[in-house]
Amino acid sequence: MSEEILKLSALQLDALREIGNVGAGNAATALSQIINRKIDMTVPQVAILPLGEVPEVVGGPDAMVAGVYLRVFGPAPGSILFLLPRDSAFSLVDMVMGRSPGTTTALTSMDESALMEIGNILAGAYLNALSYFTRLTLLPSIPALAMDMAGAILSVILIQLGQMGDHALVIETEFATEADEVKGHFFLIPDPGSLATILAAIGVKE
Amino acid sequence: MMGELIKVGMADYKVGKSPASLISYGLGSCVGVALYDPVIKVGGLAHIMLPDSKQARSAENPAKFADTALPLMLEEMLKLGVAKTRVVAKIAGGAQMFTFTNTTDIMRVGERNSEAVRAVLRKLDIPIVAEDTGGNYGRTVELKLDTGVFRVRTIDKGEKEL
Repeated sequence: MSEEILKLSALQLDALREIGNVGAGNAATALSQIINRKIDMTVPQVAILPLGEVPEVVGGPDAMVAGVYLRVFGPAPGSILFLLPRDSAFSLVDMVMGRSPGTTTALTSMDESALMEIGNILAGAYLNALSYFTRLTLLPSIPALAMDMAGAILSVILIQLGQMGDHALVIETEFATEADEVKGHFFLIPDPGSLATILAAIGVKE
Repeated sequence: MMGELIKVGMADYKVGKSPASLISYGLGSCVGVALYDPVIKVGGLAHIMLPDSKQARSAENPAKFADTALPLMLEEMLKLGVAKTRVVAKIAGGAQMFTFTNTTDIMRVGERNSEAVRAVLRKLDIPIVAEDTGGNYGRTVELKLDTGVFRVRTIDKGEKEL
């Protein structure tokens, strides 16, 4: 059977949701400290989706977004993607660069570095919580940034999964500041072979 | 006359006839392959995700791979009366969305997809009459079956008609 993700039990999906919860909670706290604003976060969604439907989660394949992408290295490899609508990325840059709201309308290379560094910090926070929870050492790669169509950005991850099967297991959390000027999604997309490792590490075998 | 707009998802293909249009949104490293018979105005659009079904762990969906999707799509077009000798191809996509310092094979998949599509079309004896591949940006592609125009839209790099 090529697609073990289609055989996960309700208990296993709950366990993965909890992993998303601790990871994204830690990342949201880090973001809140960077921009000095309260961040609200949804309960993580654990979804097993046909590959082509993943972009619908963020408003369709042609939605304009900024994406910071990191690979996860260690015993349970995977991908982390931090996606924001284009306007949210500009607002976030305004905040961290100390500009008045609405100033940024295109990214300089300095702005790009700032976004990548934020992605780096958030991914680090996410993985720290995950490592603590699972006792697995998980490390992020250096971040990469793209500002483009959601489908095009997600294709990078979906193509890797496509070699193994036709579905993606997506652990997704939506977050937003109180005034909604910055909102976005955290995605943790474990490589198919990593699921068994993660589930065994937290003692949920079936 | 406005025709129907038929959406083609990732790892899928669709065929249709004039005045419909076939559209696929947000291609990154995937490649959009448009095949068209200009005489009877019938065409197909494939959203190719991976080069080769023989190298994949799971090959349950043939529409995902260049080597299996294109022959199947051509076959469906032939059933609609297309003459293989008249069919031409236009291709777009195959970008590298992220740049890492150590570019591994996985990161080069856009380029490998484009190469595989060219090889499969050569084997099928279908000429590529226009191409817009590579770069580091996403594309939305639309095949207009009334004219055979293949429109490529991007966010910052403008719009092209192939």
